[in-house]
Formats: sequence, structure tokens, C-alpha cells
Amino acid sequence: MTDLHADANPMIEVQNLTKYYGGKAAIHDLCFSVPRGEIIGFLGPNGAGKSTTMRILAGYLSASGGTARVAGFDVARESNMVRRQVGFMPENNPLHEDMRVREYLKFRARLKGLNTQKSRVRTEDVVEQFSLGDVRNRMIGELSKGFRQRVGLADALVHEPELLILDEPTIGLDPHQIRIVRQHIKSMGKHHTVLISSHILPEVEVTCTRLLIFHEGNILANDTPTALENALEGRHRITVELNAPQEALNQAWEEMAEVEQHRILPAEGEFHRCALTPRDGEDLRQRVSALARARGWPLRELTRERHTLEDIFVHITSPEEDF
Amino acid sequence: MSVIMTLTRRELASHFLSLRGYVIMAGVQLLLGASLLTIVYLLNGRAYDLPFTEKFPQTEFFWLVLLMVSPVITMHTFAQEKSSGTFETLMTTPVSDLQVVLAKFIGSYLFFLIAFLPTLLYPFIVKQYAHEAVAIDIGSVFSLGLGVGLFGSFFTAMGCFASSLTRSQIVAAVLTFAAGTSLFILGYIADLRPSEMMWWHTTLQHVSMLRHMQDFSTGIIDSRHIVYYVSLTTVFLFATVKSIESRRWK
Repeated sequence: MTDLHADANPMIEVQNLTKYYGGKAAIHDLCFSVPRGEIIGFLGPNGAGKSTTMRILAGYLSASGGTARVAGFDVARESNMVRRQVGFMPENNPLHEDMRVREYLKFRARLKGLNTQKSRVRTEDVVEQFSLGDVRNRMIGELSKGFRQRVGLADALVHEPELLILDEPTIGLDPHQIRIVRQHIKSMGKHHTVLISSHILPEVEVTCTRLLIFHEGNILANDTPTALENALEGRHRITVELNAPQEALNQAWEEMAEVEQHRILPAEGEFHRCALTPRDGEDLRQRVSALARARGWPLRELTRERHTLEDIFVHITSPEEDF
Repeated sequence: MSVIMTLTRRELASHFLSLRGYVIMAGVQLLLGASLLTIVYLLNGRAYDLPFTEKFPQTEFFWLVLLMVSPVITMHTFAQEKSSGTFETLMTTPVSDLQVVLAKFIGSYLFFLIAFLPTLLYPFIVKQYAHEAVAIDIGSVFSLGLGVGLFGSFFTAMGCFASSLTRSQIVAAVLTFAAGTSLFILGYIADLRPSEMMWWHTTLQHVSMLRHMQDFSTGIIDSRHIVYYVSLTTVFLFATVKSIESRRWK
């Protein structure tokens, strides 16, 4: 884990944050800090405490213990200041169905403290930014889910907050709409710090610059997606299919010092499929292909498994499971 | 202040954006019209030495309207926002709990007043068809209006409170109606004159909304009644703020 405390002025700073719901801890002693200008992903199964943490940061709930600071303001004592800095889109993106798009956005802008003039300008800006021009006078209740999601994002952004908190922003959308929303999130990430949550990995993997993995009210990891993958680099396995007798293969792997573990299975034809686990994370591919050439064994597959975040996620949230 | 204005306008507008608002207005006018009709029949061809407003609290329709309209107006204030989730987006904007409660109350109360507004025409209708000599006592019309207004503010505040307790609009409406009707029935108990005056009987007479309204309808503006309704309104608004706050310490 990188040392985030080096950042003198983090966007979010959470210390020992705890929230009890009727005696049961939804989040327990959370400590993390998030630098400005990143797209942060809260990842975890349902009920892991992602939404609770987001609601506390957005000033909707109060914590049972601990402190949280957003943009330098304490969420408990300076809630109003925090709410000015935060654009929040809750789960399922609730909207006033009986209002028209532009009317709603203007109403929201006014609530967020913008004056009449400013709220009109900003409403036009976000309508433009999220390509809502064609539906600006339509009732929100009549809009498709993709449009509604964009209205929600426009609302979160209308008062130009420093931090955007989006709880499950792509849930229930079709793949095309998901792509549009992702693009919007990425472009919002250029000027704002964005916090999104998801229980789906590919979601956060492609959008986020930093991941926080939640599990049962605790944070298990806080790092960049690449760093998280690198942490497991050493476990990359090699799969190779060779046309050679099993005993010869067995002997060859025994002799190769870099191979920690191996397993040989018969495959189609004369081939054998071998799974090799390297010692100290070494890349065995060159060694294996050289060996095949030297012995004259036909080689038809040589792959190095990449550990996806999926593996990391599964690994971290169920530590006893070996993979 | 402008936040309260924005929210109040939204609250008031929400009544006109759905059918419900128009149904409420039509219902109020239908029942009050029936009430007026009953009174006109009653007074037809008979000499009567009290203002005609005095008859209103004696008709069932009048009370039916008063007891039912506030629960229906206020049931959605918080319950709907909670069930649809917009409460969360509302409470994460820089508005205070008090501002939200006041705006919801003012918006609902304004709609209550609007629904009753056409009744101001009743004196003119009566005058149009009554004998030349019939004088409409503007004073008693005003005091009955004040009585209805005070009653409405109490019930609206109670309705907001009930709505803040639940996510179901129906539960909110039933709670308000049950509480209001129970309180109203206490007034009838006060009217069952027992042979000797007991302490509870005297107390009931003070909280009897039937008696309050009789006073208002005959043109008596008793400050005790005003204090009664204003303080109950305040108590329930305070309770609503606390109920909204409770999400933080629950």
C-alpha cells in the first residue's frame, strides 16, 4: 500500500470511522485517505459498507464514531460546507418524476445555493455537457433509464462540487448506456475527484485510478488497480501444451529450478497439458520454449495467466481460499 | 430564506402537477357546498338571529372536510420522498432540517388555504338569494375563516409529523386521520354533561375543537383558542424536525 499520508491536502480523510445500525457495525474502524483528482472505486459485495461510507461522506448520515473530512471540512461539524463541496448521486438515482429535466436541474441548483442567474447558466451548461438538449423539456418520469442516469449525473455536477460521490452509477443500464456513463465519469474525473461504488469488478477496473476494496465493513486494500495486480504478479502461472511423453515432461520440470510446482494432464492427441507455478514470480515462457526447441517437442500452446482483479477480489474477500 | 422559498414553491407545485391536488380541491368544495346547501335549506323561510356561519360547525360535511383534507394533503410530504429515495438527494444539499420542515409545512398549508379559498364566495351567494334585509356579518365570516385556518395549521403540522415517521403515504394519512379524529371525539365526550363537573371534564372542554369552532363561528375570537392551535402547530413542527434529525442518531 502506498503511503497516502504524504499528501498534505487530501480530498477525503477518514479516521476510525464506525457506523452501527442497531448494534451491528455496518462499517468498522475505517481509515483511509484519498488524494485529489483521482477516480476512486469502492469495490465490495453488497452490504460491505460502501453505501454507508458514501452517505456519511455526503452528509446524509452521521457516524457512530471516528472522523471524516472532505475537502478539509469535518462532515459532522461542518456538514453544510461539506455538502457544498459534494455532488451526491444515491443508489438507484432517485429523481422527481413529475418535474421536467431543466426545471429539476434548476431547482436542484437553487437548493445547492446557486443564485437565480448562476443556476440558469449552470443548468444550461450541464444540459449541454450531458447531451440532454433533446429532452430538456420532457418529464423525468417519461425518460429512459439512460437519460435518467445522465440527469442524475448532471444534478450531481450542477453546483461544480470538488467531490462527486456516485453510488452504483451504472447499475441496471444496458451495455451501451454503461459505456456512455463511463465516458462521462472519466471526463468528470479530469476536473473533479470522483468516488464511485460497485460490486462489479470490470466496472471500476476500467474507470478508476484507485481502488478501495470493502469487505464486511472493513477496507482490505487501497491501491491503484495496477499495483493490486502487481502484488499478485508472483503467482502468475504458465500453461503449456507439448507433444512429449509424460515421464520425459515430468523429469524436465523436476530439473528446472524455477518451477515450484507442476501438474501434467493428458490433452487431445499425443499432447500433454502442463500447469507450472514459477518460483519468485519469474516468467518461465522463454525457458519453456527453449526447452521445447532443444528437445524437438512440438509446442502448440504457451500462455501466461494474468491475474485479473476478479482473482484479487475473490482472493482478498475470501482469504482462506487458495487460488 | 431563498432555499425555503424554492422548496415551498416545489411543495406547492407538486399538488398541481398531479391529479391528487385537483381531486382534493373538488372534494373540499363538494362537501362544503353540501354543507352550505344544508344550511340554506335549514334557514329557508325561517327567521334566525345568529350569523349563518354559526350553522357550519353543526353540519357533518364541514367536519368531514376538516378531518380528512389535511391527512390527504400532507401524507406525501416526507413519506413519498423517503420511499422514492429523493429524500436522500434533498438532505445532501446544503439545506437544514428546519428549512426542509418549514418549507414542507408552508407549502402544504398554502395548498390547504387554496382549497378553502372559494368558500369566501359563500356569503355573496347567500346574499344573492336571501331577503334584502338579511345582513351578512363579515366579522363572523372572518372569525370562522380564522378558526378553519388555525385548525388547518395544527392538522397540517400533525400530518407532516406523521409523514416523517413512515415511508408509506397510506400509513401517514391513516395516522393523521386517526389522531385528529380521536382528538375531535374528545370534544363530544366533553358535551356529555355529567351531573357534576369533574376535573377531566373541564379539561376536555378546553381541548374540544367542537367548542372552539362554535366560538369562532359566532364571531368570538378567544385568545385561548389561538394559543391552543398555534402551540400545537409549533409542537408538531418541532417533533417533525426531531424526527427528521433522528436518521443521524439512529
